[in-house]
Amino acid sequence: MSAVLLEARAIGKRFGGVQALKDVSLTIREKEIYGLIGPNGAGKTTFFNVLTGLYTRDTGDVLFAGQPLELGSPYVVAQAGIARTFQNIRLFGNMTALENVMVGRHVRTQAGVFGAIFRTRAQREEEAAIKRRADELLHYVGIAHRAGALAKHLSYGDQRRLEIARALATEPKLLALDEPAAGMNATETVALRQLIEGLRADGLTVLLIEHDVKLIMGLCDRVAVLDYGEKIAEDVPAIVQRDPKVVEAYLGGGAND
Amino acid sequence: MNRKIVGIALIAIALLALPLVLTQVGTAWVRIANLAILFVFLSLGLNIVVGMAGLLDLGYIAFYAVGAYVYALLASPHFNLHLPFWVILPIGALVACVAGAVLGAPTLRLRGDYLAIVTLGFGEIVRIFMNNLSSPFNITNGPKGITRIDGLSVGSVNFSATDTLFGLSITGPAKYYYVLLLLLLLVIVVNLRLQKSRIGRAWVAIREDEVAAKAAGINTRNVKLLAFAMGASFGGVAGGMFAAMQGFVSPESFILNESIMVLAMVVLGGMGNVWGVIAGALLLSFVPEFLRYSVEPLQMALFGRMLVEPEVLRMLVFGIALVLTMRFRPAGLWPESRHKREMGQKP
Ligand SMILES: Nc1ncnc2c1ncn2[C@@H]1O[C@H](COP(=O)(O)OP(=O)(O)OP(=O)(O)O)[C@@H](O)[C@H]1O
Ligand SMILES: [Mg+2]
Repeated sequence: MSAVLLEARAIGKRFGGVQALKDVSLTIREKEIYGLIGPNGAGKTTFFNVLTGLYTRDTGDVLFAGQPLELGSPYVVAQAGIARTFQNIRLFGNMTALENVMVGRHVRTQAGVFGAIFRTRAQREEEAAIKRRADELLHYVGIAHRAGALAKHLSYGDQRRLEIARALATEPKLLALDEPAAGMNATETVALRQLIEGLRADGLTVLLIEHDVKLIMGLCDRVAVLDYGEKIAEDVPAIVQRDPKVVEAYLGGGAND
Repeated sequence: MNRKIVGIALIAIALLALPLVLTQVGTAWVRIANLAILFVFLSLGLNIVVGMAGLLDLGYIAFYAVGAYVYALLASPHFNLHLPFWVILPIGALVACVAGAVLGAPTLRLRGDYLAIVTLGFGEIVRIFMNNLSSPFNITNGPKGITRIDGLSVGSVNFSATDTLFGLSITGPAKYYYVLLLLLLLVIVVNLRLQKSRIGRAWVAIREDEVAAKAAGINTRNVKLLAFAMGASFGGVAGGMFAAMQGFVSPESFILNESIMVLAMVVLGGMGNVWGVIAGALLLSFVPEFLRYSVEPLQMALFGRMLVEPEVLRMLVFGIALVLTMRFRPAGLWPESRHKREMGQKP
């Protein structure tokens, strides 16, 4: 069994009267595809937001790659090696696909105002490397032909891919995907699945929120189930699927929808 | 490619010849051209803050004021300091830069309307400071302003006097024009380079989606501060040139209206696009002046008397122009070039 990459301990988050997360602890191992599922409003996205520093947490802490993770500022989290995508796609709409990915390189590069104004050699070389890497990543996710298009004009599936490419540009160890298959058709979903498997083959660890049961069952090594902010199960997909608590949560959740 | 070079050469010649032509019409027009260039300066500075980084700043003229006062204080009988301009302009840029960061810092968490209101307040505070820093120590000389500011001079060439060169008489304003043109070229290059850099992309990313920019690893606090500081430093240089050209500064020159004017130039031209912003600034600088000079004779000829004051008409035309732009071209007359790239052209 491989080493632990991320260990979240007793994460809690409350919004007014809603306890969105309550004592959520989970452990993700290196090169694992780890599923996070649960009914609508279970707290999955909130967990992502806390993990990536977008929300402040009430309790708990996170160990990442053996180090305590400072959850105060998102860019520090990105620097530490966690990248994410958003449930409701958040791209830089008026930038081209290529530029979107180039922005992802920001955290791994350093040219500043001085370099930009004087076009120093270091700056030019860095800029060329940024562009090269961004090109590669567009190829990798399969949208290189759309490099010059504005992000807002891409098709839905391509936008999801672009978001993944931008996240990959930050050189993450852990890639957190929030419902990447949402709104995709069957063909797109199959392609997405291949993409995620490829990522793992390339040594990445993936944390995946998904409602598509088939995708989760086929892809994930382990799955955690959240319900009303609490983790009610965590195991390999086949066992989780038969867990009476999970079945109950989904039926109950379904009735509330 | 050759065509492009010819085009650039023609534009360059036209720009170089412009003051000589304008002098024939009247030296006032050279002054107007100079002020127009200063407004292009300011618009390009504000373009960094509003156009690229998307931070709606309504107090931008404060940095113009800071630059102007730095120049006035360091090159006038007021403190009996007479530093050379090439020392003062960088100091002005630096002080404005710091002022930009200091005034920007408390606004980092604000967005949109809230940011606009707070920056508006800061802009006014700076002006009120200038107005009142005359006691107990007389720093700014209050509402009376600072007079007899040194003009530019290089060696024996005094920029405020007329010189004769190859039989051509070159007036003071014409000389300033050339200096301004040179500085403008510099500012445009800086702006273009910033736009196509790592920092420029980070600014645009923040404008497009701040949350996504954070998650993508941008230290939004620092990058925004940088936008405020860079934008302000442009204003500082413009202010210094303004003081040198006018020989006189007072708080009256830095009212809210001016901030709004610069903002209108940025928005009209096309936020984020350097060329659009330049065009917007030139348009809004020159059109009112044409009106000023043409409205009176026109009305006299048509009606035999003045019905509408030029000043009133100016505001009217402004208002209509902005409303029409917002209605039909919300991204400005010449929007950011990024929008054109989708036709499969290479970026
Ligand atoms: N910013 C917020 N302010 C207030 N309440 C919030 C906020 N974000 C989430 N919540 C609440 O927290 C709970 C968990 O929401 P969350 O978005 O994490 O659910 P989810 O599991 O991602 O659901 P879905 O499958 O619908 O995406 C919900 O009750 C939601 O209304
Ligand atoms: Mg969600």
